[in-house]
Amino acid sequence: MSKVIAKNHAIVIPGDLLAEGPINYGEGIVKRNGEYYSSVVGLFQDKGDFIQVKALRGKYLPRPGDLVIGKVTEVGLTSWIVDIGSPYTAILSANNATEKRFDPINDDARKIFSLGDIILTKIASFDRTRDPMLITNERGLGKLRGGRLIQIEASHIPRVIGKKGTMINMIKRLTRTQIITGQNGKIWVNGKKIEDELKAIQAITRIELEAHTQGLTDRIRDMISEDQQ
Amino acid sequence: MAGDGSVKLIDEKGIRLDGRKVDELRPVNIKIGVIKNADGSAEIRMGKNIIIAAVYGPRELHPKHRALADRALIQCFYRMSTFSVSDRKSPAPSRREKEISMVISNSLASVVLTEKYPRTTIDVYLQVLQADGGTRTASLTAASVALADAGIPMRGLIASVAAGLINDKAVLDLFDVEDQKGSGDLPLGYCPVLDEISLLQLDGVFTVKQFEDCLNIAIKGAKDLYEIQRDALKQKYTDIRAEVEVPVKPKTEEPKEEPKEEPKVAPKPVLKVEKPKTEEPKPSKDDKKEVE
Repeated sequence: MSKVIAKNHAIVIPGDLLAEGPINYGEGIVKRNGEYYSSVVGLFQDKGDFIQVKALRGKYLPRPGDLVIGKVTEVGLTSWIVDIGSPYTAILSANNATEKRFDPINDDARKIFSLGDIILTKIASFDRTRDPMLITNERGLGKLRGGRLIQIEASHIPRVIGKKGTMINMIKRLTRTQIITGQNGKIWVNGKKIEDELKAIQAITRIELEAHTQGLTDRIRDMISEDQQ
Repeated sequence: MAGDGSVKLIDEKGIRLDGRKVDELRPVNIKIGVIKNADGSAEIRMGKNIIIAAVYGPRELHPKHRALADRALIQCFYRMSTFSVSDRKSPAPSRREKEISMVISNSLASVVLTEKYPRTTIDVYLQVLQADGGTRTASLTAASVALADAGIPMRGLIASVAAGLINDKAVLDLFDVEDQKGSGDLPLGYCPVLDEISLLQLDGVFTVKQFEDCLNIAIKGAKDLYEIQRDALKQKYTDIRAEVEVPVKPKTEEPKEEPKEEPKVAPKPVLKVEKPKTEEPKPSKDDKKEVE
């Protein structure tokens, strides 16, 4: 028989006993002698037959398929090294950068992505033995021009997006900005007016600060619409 | 480390020079998030000790050949500031500092789930700003809190405290004078969750009975210290919660219009008086309630 000991939505710390007996468990949990303990400082979530601990801080660990925003830190002859804010540096090879075939003799890698460029990219592969490989040759991926880039905790990205994108769509609508969220915690904000961008950034920073609380969408909506009057 | 009788460290009532009982910790205060640049940080004040722990990582390790293929490396850098003691401490890295860095990193490696981040390093910087005995144990206590603050997965926290011998009696948490004049010192790193000892050093001559007394008293002290560590880690988040969340509102995913209305407006003015902050929770407008 499984028994959940911790309260749903409780703040837990490493080593807190969460549950006993057979139960499905997700991230942030270690199992020891049939008991389940938290391994991080986070928010405990009890979903009936499934428990997990959502970390409140921590470095981004790449997952294949994630959309991330990175900065080009090194340009090679046929590849780029991209900082995606994870413990491992990511590599974008020229073959995966454009839809056209890359010819190292005639083509210049700098013409495609230069040092310091901000790119929206996707993680093609990553495992514990190899550094992450990126691709930008899909629709919508590539260089981001203009706008502002902010960094928040990667674990709070789902909160910024909200359930089915409610939160992010609300911020986009109310501040009239374009927002792209990377799973690595980098968020690109672009608006016609500086005030709009700052407003959106202020809202996102507040979401990060209060990510572990409830009723957040309402508070953010009030915050944005109040300032506009 | 021979105890000389020149100073009376414990009086007849069993009260020590700083007014503590033999099994009492110094006043401890732990704060997290003191170094904003770091991935995680903590400041511990234990008696007169002031130590800052800053954690960076997991991050790439240079030179790369030192990286471990199957797990992360934990590197500690324990440093005493020149002004941390009354005789100026030489800024050159001493043998003692290297030893302490090593024992702390080994101790932390026993609880951190290093296998989650192969080929990386986790750097723990420990800067002693003011020293008054027991800095290695206080540093380890702060380091484990800083690691947890950095979101690094661990099996449990390490609470660390020393016990020692004064007049052949076991005494908890020695401060500088007791450390110098006492006859033995036993620093302990203990993980209460796992009931595991991760650091145990010994200086002086102990009988088996004295050793057991010291160990038991230190484990008890570590358990008390663990409660302070845990409060320090939770404080930041529970504070924010108390400030912005509506009190006693049962969480449901269902759409609701009415129950959110009155409780939101009522308690806000009270909160405003208690905690003036830059980001004030604004009194919400009732007509704009929707589903989360």
